[in-house]
Amino acid sequence: MNSRFSGRRGLAIWVYVAALAVVAIATFLILLLYQNIVTRKAEATQHVFRVVDVDDQTTDPALWGKNYPRQYDSYRRTVDLVRTKYGGSEAFQHLDRDPIWRRIFAGYAFAVDYREERGHAYMLTDQRETERVHKFTQPGACLQCHASSIPMYIEQGLKAGAPAGKENWEAQIQKGFEVVCAMPYSEAEKLVEHPVSCIDCHDADTMNLRVSRPAFLNGIRALARSDYPTPHLPSIERWRNEGRKDEYQPNTDANRQEMRSMVCAQCHNEYYFKGPGKLVTHPWDNGLRVEQMEAYYDNAGYKDWTHQETGAEVLKAQHPEFEMWSQGIHARSGVACADCHMPYQREGAIKVSNHHVRSPMLNVAAACQSCHRIPETELRARVELIQDRNRALLNRSQDAIMALLDGVIHAKQAGVPDDQLAKARALQRKAQWRIDYVYAENSMGFHASQEAARILAEAIDYARQGQVEAQSILPVGTAQPKAPTRTGQD
Amino acid sequence: MLFLDTVTTRMKRVSTRWRILLLLGLTGTLGLFAGIGTYTFYYAEGLSYFSDDPRACVNCHVMREHFDGWLKSPHHAVATCNDCHTPTDFIGKYITKAENGYWHSKGFTLQDYHEPIMIRPSNSTVLQRNCVRCHQQFVSGINTHVGNRREMLDCVSCHRDVGHGPVR
Repeated sequence: MNSRFSGRRGLAIWVYVAALAVVAIATFLILLLYQNIVTRKAEATQHVFRVVDVDDQTTDPALWGKNYPRQYDSYRRTVDLVRTKYGGSEAFQHLDRDPIWRRIFAGYAFAVDYREERGHAYMLTDQRETERVHKFTQPGACLQCHASSIPMYIEQGLKAGAPAGKENWEAQIQKGFEVVCAMPYSEAEKLVEHPVSCIDCHDADTMNLRVSRPAFLNGIRALARSDYPTPHLPSIERWRNEGRKDEYQPNTDANRQEMRSMVCAQCHNEYYFKGPGKLVTHPWDNGLRVEQMEAYYDNAGYKDWTHQETGAEVLKAQHPEFEMWSQGIHARSGVACADCHMPYQREGAIKVSNHHVRSPMLNVAAACQSCHRIPETELRARVELIQDRNRALLNRSQDAIMALLDGVIHAKQAGVPDDQLAKARALQRKAQWRIDYVYAENSMGFHASQEAARILAEAIDYARQGQVEAQSILPVGTAQPKAPTRTGQD
Repeated sequence: MLFLDTVTTRMKRVSTRWRILLLLGLTGTLGLFAGIGTYTFYYAEGLSYFSDDPRACVNCHVMREHFDGWLKSPHHAVATCNDCHTPTDFIGKYITKAENGYWHSKGFTLQDYHEPIMIRPSNSTVLQRNCVRCHQQFVSGINTHVGNRREMLDCVSCHRDVGHGPVR
């Protein structure tokens, strides 16, 4: 056997085999690449494929999800439970973190249960579970924002005699709203099924953004009728300049960027239940600043409850994110809620806004870096600096209000008559409204840091004024109250 | 191995015919590979990347906002993507295109790029040189150390919206 010859032959065959394998693998990879390009191209041309019909009555997000799977996928992730430095979506008990709030809310449902709100997915469950609903009687009004409530309003409105037809859409909602607000919560909650759903922000036919919460429609119109400057909502200023014809209509007057804030502002705002009908109402007739809303409540002679320790008639701030954001630099620069809380993300060749609404601190690159081209660590540090400062001011305010409460209690025990306590109680109302306003607002001061600091400075001032007042009305010879212990860290 | 031994033995016998067949097979395979490759290249609009047409930069849609912004920006009438983002000399231009093309294809295919996209330092230097190339007369007095960030700020640190319009 000629081994040299056959060795060469063998080698040649192996070269052929290897070449074949290399070409096969390369072809395989190229076809993979080709398939990838085909997919990307397809994504770019068609990314909405309607497989089911949805309309104004479809609250079930799973049905919409069949048509808009990408948005639905991120929407469903609001079930996550994550803590950020000061907030997040985990239901921790504020009353344990800052026990002073048991005293600030003395005599009110929030002194019993004040848990941090979880993500959108839990808004209805959380409300059904809170002790504030179990141990206290609440009206159906709460459901305006804790459920996907619009179809319920339309149904109840039609039942109560509102005119039929799509052109009477708002009349039906407003009528149903009046009916449901006045119902007991336990009865009204049987009419709803889902937490916030697609229908609450989107028009079913066009998928355009749309506001439909009746209280917001009333409130934003009241705001438009005022002279409060709204550079961050240019459509309101335009409506005013064009002669204030009829009513301001956010759904037709506002531009898309304004709508990307207004759909959120439907619920993330300050409100109260007006009159025996418990109609959800926003105190925006004078403007969106803390003292303008306070003036509204003062003029209406409104109180949320009477403080158990001092007898002051006090206010509860809700979650004034829209109002606070309106005072900040981001609003002024045309940045909408959705820009940071629902930033655009890419899936292949498609750009979708992330429907996993959450703290931008959990998504810094997408939320901040589109505008602020600096490293994530630096951005995070800047936000935390603002929030740490706000927290320090809050601690000071908590100490100040505790001193005021102690002062008034001391005066009462010393036998100071009620009429002489009026001034100290009025100062408590002012101080408490302001500190609660910043505490309840979900951004730890970030949405408008200077405004939050201004409000807390006023809160501290009013609280200390009240403390001085309570001391000045003590009968001659009464010992001053001993200095309260400080809870706040500096 | 038994199979290969048999093949080897047979090849000895019919070596010429076998060789021709093998060569034909291999050439055919290579031709098929070339065809599929070329078609993929054509389908991916590969040639467009050699051009100066800004539309080539939005083939993959990632730079849609940058393209839209450029349409509305002050430089729209005087400069296209390549005027600012690639060097002017032939070799430099195609090396820059090749390098960025590699990173862009890899990022878009594997979907592993940073969002939002940001310019890399080497591309930033190219950009700065191009600012200066056109605006030399205005900036000659202050234009000292292009590409050295400790010595000189890039023009776009302040004039950030000249190329892509206002950022939101």
